[in-house]
Amino acid sequence: MSQTDATTDMLEPIEDRGGAAQPLLQVNSLTKHFPVRGGLFAKSKTVRAVDDVSFTIAKSETVGIVGESGCGKSTTARLLMHLMKRDAGDIIYDGIQVGRALSLRELRRGMQMVFQDSYASLNPRLTVEESIAFGPKVHGMADAAARSLARELLGKVGLRPETFANRYPHEISGGQRQRVNIARALALSPRLVILDEAVSALDKSVEAQVLNLLVDLKREFGLTYLFISHDLNVVRYISDRVLVMYLGEVVELGPVDQVWDAPAHPYTRALLAAMPSSDPDHRTETPPISGDPPNPIDPPPGCRFHTRCPFAEPLCAQATPKLTDLGRMGHQAACYMAIPGSGHSLAPPKGGQSI
Amino acid sequence: MMSIPAMTDMALQAAPATKARGYWATVGRRIRRDKVSMVCAFILALIFLSALLAPWLHLADPYQGSMIRRLRHIGTPNYPLGTDELGRDMLARLIYGGRLSLVIGILPVILSFVIGTTLGLIAGYVGGRINTAIMRTVDVFYAFPSVLLAIAISGALGAGIVNSIVSLTIVFVPQIARVAESVTTGVRNMDFVEAARASGAGAFTIMRVHMLGNVLGPIFVYATGLISVSMILAAGLSFLGLGTKPPEPEWGLMLNTLRTAIYVNPWVAALPGAMIFAVSICFNLLSDGMRSAMDIRS
Repeated sequence: MSQTDATTDMLEPIEDRGGAAQPLLQVNSLTKHFPVRGGLFAKSKTVRAVDDVSFTIAKSETVGIVGESGCGKSTTARLLMHLMKRDAGDIIYDGIQVGRALSLRELRRGMQMVFQDSYASLNPRLTVEESIAFGPKVHGMADAAARSLARELLGKVGLRPETFANRYPHEISGGQRQRVNIARALALSPRLVILDEAVSALDKSVEAQVLNLLVDLKREFGLTYLFISHDLNVVRYISDRVLVMYLGEVVELGPVDQVWDAPAHPYTRALLAAMPSSDPDHRTETPPISGDPPNPIDPPPGCRFHTRCPFAEPLCAQATPKLTDLGRMGHQAACYMAIPGSGHSLAPPKGGQSI
Repeated sequence: MMSIPAMTDMALQAAPATKARGYWATVGRRIRRDKVSMVCAFILALIFLSALLAPWLHLADPYQGSMIRRLRHIGTPNYPLGTDELGRDMLARLIYGGRLSLVIGILPVILSFVIGTTLGLIAGYVGGRINTAIMRTVDVFYAFPSVLLAIAISGALGAGIVNSIVSLTIVFVPQIARVAESVTTGVRNMDFVEAARASGAGAFTIMRVHMLGNVLGPIFVYATGLISVSMILAAGLSFLGLGTKPPEPEWGLMLNTLRTAIYVNPWVAALPGAMIFAVSICFNLLSDGMRSAMDIRS
């Protein structure tokens, strides 16, 4: 191989089958309940970690998922990666049902994940180069080719291969490790990368660098991101669309600017209001939301948010509101106040357009 | 204005290229700096070599007794370490005894290391019912005191060196399997194993590449500590007539036959015990040194 020829052969990405209009990922009614063992004679209970979650990710867009800890963000990521068996629901990758026409092994190449803990997600006994080369080797790439691919990817994520290829994870900083994790995910030429709190554990300055790197890589490799974070600023910066989760359910989804400017669900409003303000004239005087989320073992009936919602009415405790189209660019919310003619006193009249 | 992490990043970018250094090469370099470990390794090497080269060391015949020269003191001319209760040269018997004692002490540990690690790794990685099946079976053996179990198995199989090695192996497999299982369970739940699964690797590849290297260290250290136990248990078996048979020189057996001479010549009677002690403590200290050398993060 000549020195001037910088591009090493990568694994062939899974071909685009459906065209641009076909969503890259369709998730229908994804559900995961964890059994919780009680005592010997106690009734066994279940944690509804992810309950009937549906969404789509279009090709080359970035979808953000936000929510409090324990709302099912990471479980969703692990279910999508098939690291965990789902109880119900379909995952459709580029129009193909996973498990039938698309084998799990093929899907692994089409979809990769970056974990939050940059240290725990790298094998301490392998050098950076070996860690990145592992995936391509599993998929049949020769050792030498995989190693040169690893070195090239190190360059792509901003780490000098000569310096870093032979280092061990404990010899490099957190930001550098997360860059290595990104390179490892890219080594299989995925089209979708799930970033599970990938920048949350980093220093603010390093976080910004890694975020910019992600934006650059997305452009260069034509990637699609599912970006999971609890940091609303970061999600707004990077995402095109956003999904708000509460206790295992999607309560609101839509284009990020729509959701930020006109949040329809009171939980989204509370989340946005809870963001620290840097403007002394707009101090957050009263807490926008009080109490802890209810125990997911025993979620309240009806709307799961009604126990903490300032606008809750008897109706809210009876039946779960469905995600309803608000009529603008796919902005949807699961709240009776947003559903015309739902019976909630603040709901718009039936046939009305605005909220 | 450049932030501090950004500057250290820059400094590292400018750092010279690093050469790949294998993990075990690093461990080797670290242990060579540890004085205690090196002294222990030297003593063990001396004992091993002398046992190995015994026939060429011009020693007295370890089987040739003499009724008039029984229980000579240490330092007697021609008998640097004295003679035993049948007038046989202690130096020759201690060196020849090393051949059997070391085999009996180390072989069962090596065998049970291989078997126990395999069982524990499978149980810990696969989990679920296979884990329950393997670990509960292992627990049945673990429930017996090790001395009792070794005697029972040896008794059932009959006396002899091979049988005592087999019985000691069976005694140690559960202990090593339990350590292996708990270490494996800990490593298995780490994100890098998830990441390896996410890249599509099969269970065997993950165990070979990602699990083995991370679990072997602690198991190895634990197993090294078992060598001394193995030697002492083997000595116990010999004492009961289930292991080595007289007049074969073996430290455990020698210790037992010399115990009657403890009031007449305590120093000579203590010699085989001193050998067992020296080998045990050297292995223990060496495994301690290995443990800290393998903890590369520190």
